[in-house]
Amino acid sequence: MKVTKRTVLKFGSVVAAASLLPGVMPSARARAESLDVEKDELKLGFIKLTDMAPLAIAYEKGFFEDEGLFVTLEAQANWKVLLDRVITGELDGAHMLAGQPLAATIGFGTKAHIVTPFSMDLNGNAITVSNAIWEMMKEHVPTGDDGKPVHPIKADALKPVVDKYKTEGKPFNMGMVFPVSTHNYELRYWLASGGINPGFYSTSDISGQIKADALLSVTPPPQMPATLEAGTILGYCVGEPWNQAAVFKGIGVPVITDYEIWKNNPEKVFGMTAEFVEKNPNTVLALTKALIRAAMWLDENNNANREEAVQILSQPQYVGADAKVIANSMTGTFEYEKGDKRDVPDFNVFFRDNATYPFYSDAIWYLTQMRRWGQIPEYKDDSWYADTAKSVYKPDIYMQAAQLLIDEGKAKKEDFPFGSDGYRPPVPASDFIDGIAYDAKQPNAYIDAMKIGLKDHQVVDGTEIVNG
Amino acid sequence: MADATIAFDESDARKTVRREKLFQRINRLGRWLDALGLAFVTPLLKIAAGDNVAEQLQELKRVLIIPLVGIVLFLGAWSVLAPQVKTSLGAIPGPLAVWEQAGVMWADYKAEQLKADDFYARQDERNAKYKEEGKLDRIKYRTYTGQPTYISQIATSLLTVGLGFLIATLIAVPLGIASGLSRTFNGAINPLIQIFKPVSPLAWLPIVTMIVAATYENPYDFMPKSLVISAVTVTLCSLWPTLINTALGVASIDKDLVNVGKVLQLSTWTTVRKLVLPSALPLIFTGLRLSLGVGWMVLIAAEMLAQNPGLGKFVWDEFQNGSSDSLARIMLAVFTIGIIGFVLDRIMYALQQAFTFSSNR
Repeated sequence: MKVTKRTVLKFGSVVAAASLLPGVMPSARARAESLDVEKDELKLGFIKLTDMAPLAIAYEKGFFEDEGLFVTLEAQANWKVLLDRVITGELDGAHMLAGQPLAATIGFGTKAHIVTPFSMDLNGNAITVSNAIWEMMKEHVPTGDDGKPVHPIKADALKPVVDKYKTEGKPFNMGMVFPVSTHNYELRYWLASGGINPGFYSTSDISGQIKADALLSVTPPPQMPATLEAGTILGYCVGEPWNQAAVFKGIGVPVITDYEIWKNNPEKVFGMTAEFVEKNPNTVLALTKALIRAAMWLDENNNANREEAVQILSQPQYVGADAKVIANSMTGTFEYEKGDKRDVPDFNVFFRDNATYPFYSDAIWYLTQMRRWGQIPEYKDDSWYADTAKSVYKPDIYMQAAQLLIDEGKAKKEDFPFGSDGYRPPVPASDFIDGIAYDAKQPNAYIDAMKIGLKDHQVVDGTEIVNG
Repeated sequence: MADATIAFDESDARKTVRREKLFQRINRLGRWLDALGLAFVTPLLKIAAGDNVAEQLQELKRVLIIPLVGIVLFLGAWSVLAPQVKTSLGAIPGPLAVWEQAGVMWADYKAEQLKADDFYARQDERNAKYKEEGKLDRIKYRTYTGQPTYISQIATSLLTVGLGFLIATLIAVPLGIASGLSRTFNGAINPLIQIFKPVSPLAWLPIVTMIVAATYENPYDFMPKSLVISAVTVTLCSLWPTLINTALGVASIDKDLVNVGKVLQLSTWTTVRKLVLPSALPLIFTGLRLSLGVGWMVLIAAEMLAQNPGLGKFVWDEFQNGSSDSLARIMLAVFTIGIIGFVLDRIMYALQQAFTFSSNR
């Protein structure tokens, strides 16, 4: 049976309607010849989070198709399954946590050489605590002239609460999404900046709870609100929409966004096995091109397309949460306490500020945090950090893809960091919540500057830190 | 005059005979309708054929009105009670919300079809262009890689359960016949049946996943790994009722028949074909019917846990999505699962009836 536009519209399905509007049709066929790809039918994995947007957009807008790629996007149950499936080749590539390719390559957890030519976004996470904890914290948070809490809220306000739990002999449990996730490092960074020890990893104990004041454990993102509601955890760090979901459901309060912990921090990357990249250079270039175009689309004209992106992401096969929940952060506002909506224009950055360029310095920051918490058990010299970053992050592939797009007239030269050595300029102290500056060329100096964490040649032995 | 009376009598008699025949036919049909769950058609047909209306209305009340009243009462209670429970995803949806989601799912399915049509149109356009330019090596025909819609999830689930059920039947029937014919064999496998029968699909799943992943290395396009994993899990849980009932059916053959077979010195194969199978068929079908029911139930759990495509994954994905429509969609899935289960059961029951009739003839 043929369906006319009218019957579909009558059903009032936003999705159906959206696919019929002229502006939503995939762009006119590229005049340029698509690359001769080695493998054109690809299966890419993702986790149901807002920052998978570049993948959804590249698919829905026909950017993959323009490059001669026929992509199937498949939501995965959790980060571990996603990584395993990329390693076994069930997936050709996936939306990954920045720490995943690094950890896999150095052999923390599953060992496999994973590389990334494309960083997916900046920021996008927040830390949420349950209503009860927020009530206790609130006493220690200064209020501004408008009667609202002064932001950013430091973990100093949480410390008395954690101490109270400790004296009562109750565990203070918090959730994060994966041991090598950005969320784990951000939550730890924030807790430690307020003097709360989030615990160490050691070669024999990978729970990450050695000497911990707050016990962090893994909870899959979509289950965060339910787990918080059940009282199993008292707070969590996760990407959107799961912080705003807690506000909408009235079960928790986001206290700080990661933008306030570290301004414009790198978040997700697009990962593939080194073997796949080696075998299919053109396919990888084509993929990178499509993803760069998607990222540009997401940020162009001062976020003009975000509303449409929200509609696409709210489809059940992508993120599936209500459009209004996703819209909150995607359109530059963030609701902390119910009714306390503030502008966070850079909550999700997909392209501007070179968000998609895989900087070595981003990789090195994650390596320093792995060392800080004992996931890298022993001292490594500065050159090791640089070499590891170079074996995982592939800016040259990215620049090749960018050059092709510029040649095709689809991108502007000034949007890309031509001539970069792969390092961002050193991050000033004011960009971090604890005011410690970061220079990627001197990772060990940075590690030693941290208040809580392993320094220099220290190692965790049993439950103690030695060589200190 | 006399002639006319006779003629009238004759035609009357003929009418009566015709009526008798008609009613016989209706009754025969009635048995089938009953098997298919359409019992209420019979009294309507009888009324149409001129049977006693009051009597048939009584019958109609029993098979149609009372079930309908039950359904209406249930829907009413649901509409009243649902909004009173507030979950974190909003109030529990009532029947209307679920019905609305059914419309949305259908619209999504249609929209996805439109997208697929567009995709193929674009592909043809591209290929035509390449043909013009003489770049024949660049011409490609690829299948659309859209999202599985609700309809395709149902199809996947049915295919999976069908495959699992087929494997289960192919294993259970021969084993059942063997253990029905031979006491020794029965004694040997009985403890195994007793041990494996109560195992939940969720326990089999990890084992099956590992084994399939290791042995089925190069999946065919039409039979992906996930489908095989779900199907084998269904098999492991659903073969027991068939096995037990087949063994029982075979063991309880009329002794006279067996003796006749011995006198005629039939080969084992002929004995099975001519004597054992026909008399055991009703019980075999009883077993198959139970197996299919179990298989369908197990499948949803397996899909949910393994994240394999199908209705189970749909339910889990919606639970993960946590949108304000999610609960209504999950309920829609529950009804879909229930109705499909009911239809499958009716089909098996009809088959069972067919074989019971033929064996009773």
